[in-house]
Amino acid sequence: MTRFLAPIGLLAYISGSCLLAILYPQSVLAFLLFEASLLLLYYIPAHAKVKSTLAALVLVVLMPLLGTINGYYLEVAIQIGIYAALALGLNIVVGFVGLLNLGFVAFYAIGAYLWAIFGSPQANAFITGGGFPLAPYWFFIFLVLSIGVGALTGVVLGLPVLRLRGDYLAVVTLGFAEVVRALVNNLDKPINLTNGPRGISPIVKPPLFFRPVLEFFGLQITDAKLYPLYFYFLVLLVVCVIILVTRRLESSRIGRAWKAIREDEIAAAAMGVPVVRMKLLGFAVGASFASAVGVLFAAKQVFINPESFTFMESIGVLAMVILGGMGSIPGAILGATGVTILNLQLLKGLSLWLNGLRQSGAVLTLPLLGSYSLSQLPVQFEPAKYERMVFGLILILMMIFRPQGVLPPRREQRK
Amino acid sequence: MDLALEILPQVLVEGIVLGFMYALIALGYTMVYGVLEFINFAHSEIFVLGAFVGVEILLMLQSAGLLAVVHPAAVLLLIILAAMVVSGLAAMALERIAYRPLQGSPRLVALISAIGASFLLQDGLRLFESLWRNTFYLTYPTLDFLDRTVPLAANVVVPVKSILVVVTALVMLWGLNLFVNRTRIGAAIRAVAQDPDTASLMGVPVNRVIATTFFVGGAMGGLAGVLFGLHYSLVNPYSGFFPGLKAFTAAVLGGIGNIPGAMLGGMVLGMLEALAASYLSLATDGAFGAEYKDVFAFTALILILIFRPKGLLGEKVREDRA
Repeated sequence: MTRFLAPIGLLAYISGSCLLAILYPQSVLAFLLFEASLLLLYYIPAHAKVKSTLAALVLVVLMPLLGTINGYYLEVAIQIGIYAALALGLNIVVGFVGLLNLGFVAFYAIGAYLWAIFGSPQANAFITGGGFPLAPYWFFIFLVLSIGVGALTGVVLGLPVLRLRGDYLAVVTLGFAEVVRALVNNLDKPINLTNGPRGISPIVKPPLFFRPVLEFFGLQITDAKLYPLYFYFLVLLVVCVIILVTRRLESSRIGRAWKAIREDEIAAAAMGVPVVRMKLLGFAVGASFASAVGVLFAAKQVFINPESFTFMESIGVLAMVILGGMGSIPGAILGATGVTILNLQLLKGLSLWLNGLRQSGAVLTLPLLGSYSLSQLPVQFEPAKYERMVFGLILILMMIFRPQGVLPPRREQRK
Repeated sequence: MDLALEILPQVLVEGIVLGFMYALIALGYTMVYGVLEFINFAHSEIFVLGAFVGVEILLMLQSAGLLAVVHPAAVLLLIILAAMVVSGLAAMALERIAYRPLQGSPRLVALISAIGASFLLQDGLRLFESLWRNTFYLTYPTLDFLDRTVPLAANVVVPVKSILVVVTALVMLWGLNLFVNRTRIGAAIRAVAQDPDTASLMGVPVNRVIATTFFVGGAMGGLAGVLFGLHYSLVNPYSGFFPGLKAFTAAVLGGIGNIPGAMLGGMVLGMLEALAASYLSLATDGAFGAEYKDVFAFTALILILIFRPKGLLGEKVREDRA
């Protein structure tokens, strides 16, 4: 009975929360409620087809609809998608193979710079002929190319370091990410490859090849309105492909080999699992996801500089994987959603609220402590700047109280 | 080439100072690795905490008008001791809160918790200073006698603060050596590092020994923090990241778990970095400059791990879990 009732109830919930988000376009809470429908969808007992129809309804129809009403929601959704893709990539390395990669952002940076350099006039600085930026359709070629480049860098880094003990590997990957960042930061001389700390812009966006189709249906949408929707669907597509690939890999020989290595490397080797080759493969797959997402990120941002690829970013993605549950695909997505919303909406909202209080000069009266005028609140105190504290708390609390994460992988649940 | 020779003594002095700084921080990493077999990622924040304790005390003395009155040696002694005690206690608290509950779980779990602790401490310090002073970039007040210079040779002048770093570090390293090798508690630390289960059977209170190790390592880190602050004068909650990472590199370079190794590794890395910072630009005609010194240090780490993963003096960790 619940198999029929639950989807209907959920449908009611979805339409209700969606309506709420439309009626209160500034409300973070309404958006959160709407986002939560996907989580509920994961939990309810229903046929897989029903579930995927409902998911498609939310992601393909309602989310873009909300996005056209309030562009900020779409921006948040795109960010969530990008981080979800990164978290899924790191999930393979940390969750499946059990290698702690603290420099994951390096591969992301490599992908982003790959497109940024050739998709902007930057490449003219070292390749004569003035043939840059490349035409927009090259974006898709680079998206595919970046998978190979990412995998290759993963293998090149992995080959020497994968024989190391786990915690050494963590520090080496961290060091590698810092080397990559230092390189992009400083390679504006002797040859100007990356334009250094000033960053690269403008980066070419992907082509609007479907414009004729839209015009055929009589839809006139300005570029400014169309691009966010376009990127939303691109990100959605990439995330779906990554989920599909990850699921196929997980239940294949390769996935089982990875998990065997994670559980006991020596036993896995004794059973004939080619440990180093499998580790390398995991490293390369994770890296290729990250670098493909990097291409997308560069095209979406139009401007990138080394600041976007700091150690913080790696830890943020790690926090997402840990929060959701290492080795769990829905977990990684949930983690990415949670951490991104926390960063983009809750902390920023708190900052704005505090600023408002500060300017209003409200007086706080506390028993025993006397009164305190909020206009005295130091201006340096801004919750939006405390991402590190959030990440730190997530990591420690999860490790102490729930190391398996919020949504641990199903197979482990059964044990 | 003349220029290269001319600056060499100055570069060497800089390298020695850096080297002792790294050595002091590296001790914290290596001692903890010895007893617990994990990287205390938050050690760099313990180091920064020391630097902040130093600057806070100096600023308070300054605003009380005492800085000019009290004998500078007394001031130095006060801030060094305070920083060592605070950092040591903070390291102990860290162990109690973030690491001890995780004993027996996989090593990755403890490492992730340590990374979390590192981030939490960075922003915790920032939060405190933001509320307390409305800025978290602090500058050490100038102590006149520290900026005086001592001529060593014809064209070599050494600032007093560099001498201070070297002398303090030497005294502390000597003291630590005595502590680890000549005292009962030192023997207990070595026993736990070798085999915690057997040590526990022999009546060594393992948890207390681990706490002591954290205290001693933290105190060394705090000392390094004060010296860092006195020498470079600018500190912020995030300034521990690079020194910490390099000190860890130094610990690995010397052989993790190996106390003389950490000292040697620190010296080698400090020298390497000072040489790279000064000569890279000369050697490449300005194409690559001092900004590549960090790249140098990390490349060194990667190369060491590939070619000599047990470090220069060999690592001292137990084999069972490795």
